[in-house]
Amino acid sequence: MSVTTVFGSIDNYDKGGVEITGNEEARDYLFSNMFEVAGNAAPWERIVIAKNLENTIECIRAEGDSPWYICSHDETALLMQGKMEAHFIKPADSGLAPAEDKEGSVRLSGRPEGQVMGHVKASRGHMVLLPAGAAYQFRAGELGVILLQTLLGDESIQKWAEICQH
Amino acid sequence: MAATAEQINELPVLTEAHRESAPHPVTGYKGFEIGSFKFQRDEYFARIQCPTATHVMDVENFLRSMVRDVAWGFFYGWVNFDEVFGTVNNYGSVDVFMGAYNQGYKDSGTDFTERFETEVLLACFKSLLSDWTNACFNPFAAPLETGSARGPKNGSNDEAVNFQRELADRFVSLPGDSPVRSDENGRSVNRQFADVDQSEPEVHAEPGFEGQLAGFSLFRYLSRSPVTWNPSIVSVVRSSAYCPTSEEHILPVDHGNDRVEWFIQMSDEITWRVADKNTAAPMSVVTMKAGDVSCMPADIRHRGYSPKRSMLLVWENLTPGLEIRYAKGELPPVPASF
Repeated sequence: MSVTTVFGSIDNYDKGGVEITGNEEARDYLFSNMFEVAGNAAPWERIVIAKNLENTIECIRAEGDSPWYICSHDETALLMQGKMEAHFIKPADSGLAPAEDKEGSVRLSGRPEGQVMGHVKASRGHMVLLPAGAAYQFRAGELGVILLQTLLGDESIQKWAEICQH
Repeated sequence: MAATAEQINELPVLTEAHRESAPHPVTGYKGFEIGSFKFQRDEYFARIQCPTATHVMDVENFLRSMVRDVAWGFFYGWVNFDEVFGTVNNYGSVDVFMGAYNQGYKDSGTDFTERFETEVLLACFKSLLSDWTNACFNPFAAPLETGSARGPKNGSNDEAVNFQRELADRFVSLPGDSPVRSDENGRSVNRQFADVDQSEPEVHAEPGFEGQLAGFSLFRYLSRSPVTWNPSIVSVVRSSAYCPTSEEHILPVDHGNDRVEWFIQMSDEITWRVADKNTAAPMSVVTMKAGDVSCMPADIRHRGYSPKRSMLLVWENLTPGLEIRYAKGELPPVPASF
């Protein structure tokens, strides 16, 4: 028997949902769909789709080149749709890196000066490490969806009422 | 008389090693005792006895539950083998209970709990698993991929029972960290993921930065998982851990949360039956399709049903002591409100 593994995309997803059988509300599950969220987002917005105290998973609509970012801690990017490159620079100005206790990534005003560290070419299902202290930029040649494993920070957008079943 | 919740919090920690009987003259299986609990199996069933009650489970379901309880180190919070029997992790000690989180047992006063030092209980459960698992049965495998546990004793399958989860310290594929999965390290593509792209990302590190950049295919990694309902860890960002897993058929336990966890459905579909953590009363049915995201609040138990092998990202918070903060009500069971 042949098998078909079903993945989703912004143009082709089927959403499940919460059916309540007891004394609670659907909103307690913070149920959303990443492709719906990305489909309604502006490019490179970071919309929180999962939060556990300070930790977040943020959904990004990847389209064109992103701004440059830097972060005091590791982050990861999981590409759920499309193709992209992640480019890395070690900033020459050590003061560009956020303080160690600064959570979440910080958007830079432009490409930082520094040593090119390299890049990673990724497609659907690939996961990329965004190492602490390295400036990075995503370049998406086609429409994509990224899940960012990070901490709540300046770039994080929370709009639960808009994205969740209730 | 069953213990109250307050008394359960003050239970003594039992440290005496378990006892094993000689093999049964007909079935060939040993019996096991630890504290006041007795475990016996026959050709079809596992039988659990404590001073207040006897409980019977299908032996395959029992072994599937127990192997995960052991592999997960008793996991986060409650591992309900079914609506009656299970364990609670106190992180250093473990409660074994009968009916303590079932309203019927509570109302009749027939619930029972004993607390054991973790390593003592682990040794008992491991020995039981080794004795009760026959050569043709792999309790980690999907039912379509393994033989039966039923019947008289027929060899053992310690290789399957002792399967070790792969736990990355920082990120899979980094030098010295957990490796990617491949044919070479014995991780072949599962029959239900034969169509999954096997390409890996291209990592182009400039001289001097080798080993600092990393990437791997999570979908390829999961397509090569040899087990079901048994999360690995692929990345850790401070206390945030990605624990992806491949799922097929039924999660053998009802996992009772002692903290919030999140599910991100990466492929295919899982239906979750959610119930009250303390009473087992049904609360909801959550159907998750590819791309869906849902939290599991800190006050529920859940069991998943995956009709085709699917890829699930379980997202955990590893912060020590969270279970106490949730139990005291310092943290709300739902991680965001609107």
